[in-house]
Amino acid sequence: MRVTVIGAGVAGLTCALELAERGVAVEILERSAQLGASACSWFAGGMLAPRCELESCDPLIARLGAESIPWWQGRFAGTVVNGTLVVAHGRDAADLAQFAARTGHFQPLAADAIAGLEPDLAGRFSQGLYFRDEGHLDPRAALAALAARLGELGVAIRFGVEAPPTRPAGRQVIDCTGLAARGQLTDLRGVKGEMLLLRLREVSFSRPVRLLHPRTPVYVVPRPDGLFMVGATMIESDQGTRISARSMLELLSAAYALHPAFGEAEIVEIGTGVRAAFADNLPRLRGHGETLYVNGLYRHGFLIAPALARRAAEVTLHGSHFPEVMDANPRQRRLA
Amino acid sequence: MLQLYGTALRSRLLLGTARYPSPAVLTEAVRAARAEVVTVALRRESGGERAGQGFWSIIRELGVRVLPNTAGCHSVKEAVATAHMAREVFGTSWIKLEVIGEDDTLQPDVFGLTEAARILCAQGFEVFPYTTEDLVVAERLLAAGCRVLMPWGAPIGSGRGLNNPFGLTALRAHFPDVPLIIDAGIGVPSHAARALELGFDAVLINTAVAQARAPAQMAAAFAQAVEAGRAARLAGPMEPRDLAAPSTPVIGTAFRG
Repeated sequence: MRVTVIGAGVAGLTCALELAERGVAVEILERSAQLGASACSWFAGGMLAPRCELESCDPLIARLGAESIPWWQGRFAGTVVNGTLVVAHGRDAADLAQFAARTGHFQPLAADAIAGLEPDLAGRFSQGLYFRDEGHLDPRAALAALAARLGELGVAIRFGVEAPPTRPAGRQVIDCTGLAARGQLTDLRGVKGEMLLLRLREVSFSRPVRLLHPRTPVYVVPRPDGLFMVGATMIESDQGTRISARSMLELLSAAYALHPAFGEAEIVEIGTGVRAAFADNLPRLRGHGETLYVNGLYRHGFLIAPALARRAAEVTLHGSHFPEVMDANPRQRRLA
Repeated sequence: MLQLYGTALRSRLLLGTARYPSPAVLTEAVRAARAEVVTVALRRESGGERAGQGFWSIIRELGVRVLPNTAGCHSVKEAVATAHMAREVFGTSWIKLEVIGEDDTLQPDVFGLTEAARILCAQGFEVFPYTTEDLVVAERLLAAGCRVLMPWGAPIGSGRGLNNPFGLTALRAHFPDVPLIIDAGIGVPSHAARALELGFDAVLINTAVAQARAPAQMAAAFAQAVEAGRAARLAGPMEPRDLAAPSTPVIGTAFRG
């Protein structure tokens, strides 16, 4: 069997790797000229936080996410499993209580324990939650590592190639093109996200830190070389043009509220992307003829892509059925 | 039936559409609430006129009347511009007018509010102003051309219920014929029932439903509370008394255990 994967974002690369590791001949078509140039994966936070997502998401996301962490550990050396720290200022204690009530598998922390985990936050927060089993990675390094691994397995990524209008005969196609598949998947919508990359040497974190706030919750993910990713907004929009002044103010103010040293940080990059989502914000594997669409990963690309890729490979090779992510599931059809 | 600018509505529960876990959950909640009007924050949802098509089409498919709002506007100019954009996007002259004066409490700037209301009413908008329980401000808004008022129960998203029942009761008494909708601060269904018992015509709920663990279930609970509160108002509640008044007279009964 020969398979063409369209799209070299995190969904496409994980699908291609799952198939290549099973000995399938795979090629990848990517319309942009280089890795990440048109993928919202490029602007992802890279948090592998299945427990925290339970706060507002279907338990399915937590299950797919928990399954994906070992996958990343086995394939990308930069995967860090060092937990997530969730904090809130005293006057937002109600937000922390609600977060705790909806998640679970955390350790409640007092001020000294927070300082023990993240010394640079000493004295700044009196309450927090520690989700020990969660991880994070640098999405750009992770995409590059997947591409390199695919190269070792003889899989080429053909950049600057649009998907052919008719499917090549005798080839299975896996379409991982996100919002660009909207012509075929008419129930997709765009959810814009905005993020900042800041550089700051005075502060270091060992794990992602989420600061809860009733209006502008924010997360800060440490990256190598003194970089911090600050994200991310969620705006119902399919135009990922530029960041708005308000979003920038909110992200920067939240980072400053987490630690005033962020006021001195260098703004290295401002990024925006549009995530593709279905109405229930849950992912789908949807077959149309010879094409299998893997889409609707919403803000959970790196978190759930490996688990979806595994299922996509099973569907492609063996015609398997996974009701939790396929439309035959009556619950999802009702929600859609 | 509730009459808002000539539109008759059976449901006295209006729902906001922000902060749900997903549009699918929002859809379920609107159905469970049997709501006929939903508010949509143009500015915060899309960041632009034509950008939120996916979300707008989901809102349109709800098949309910849309009350766009100017949430997040801090000045008269912004609010007026947002109202015009909303009229274009949703094809309605209804506008829920919010002019925020203070960021921590999201308290309305009543001076800017009356000014924006005057401008928009003159331009043919049907304005639903988000205001406080202040009687004088209410007078000014009516003079500006508003035919519906939306006083707060408590600050937006606080879930504290009716902070000033005395002031709200006075507002109701002063304007017996103006539709009054409690807009913000409702946390649990008993708050909504209380608002209807006090004679308010309807309530608008967002956070209390959207941020519940099971939004659709909470929406249904609010629908029941609103119905109960309205029925109680129409049924004429008893006056509270200080001393016990036995429901069965004891004097003259044949057997006393």
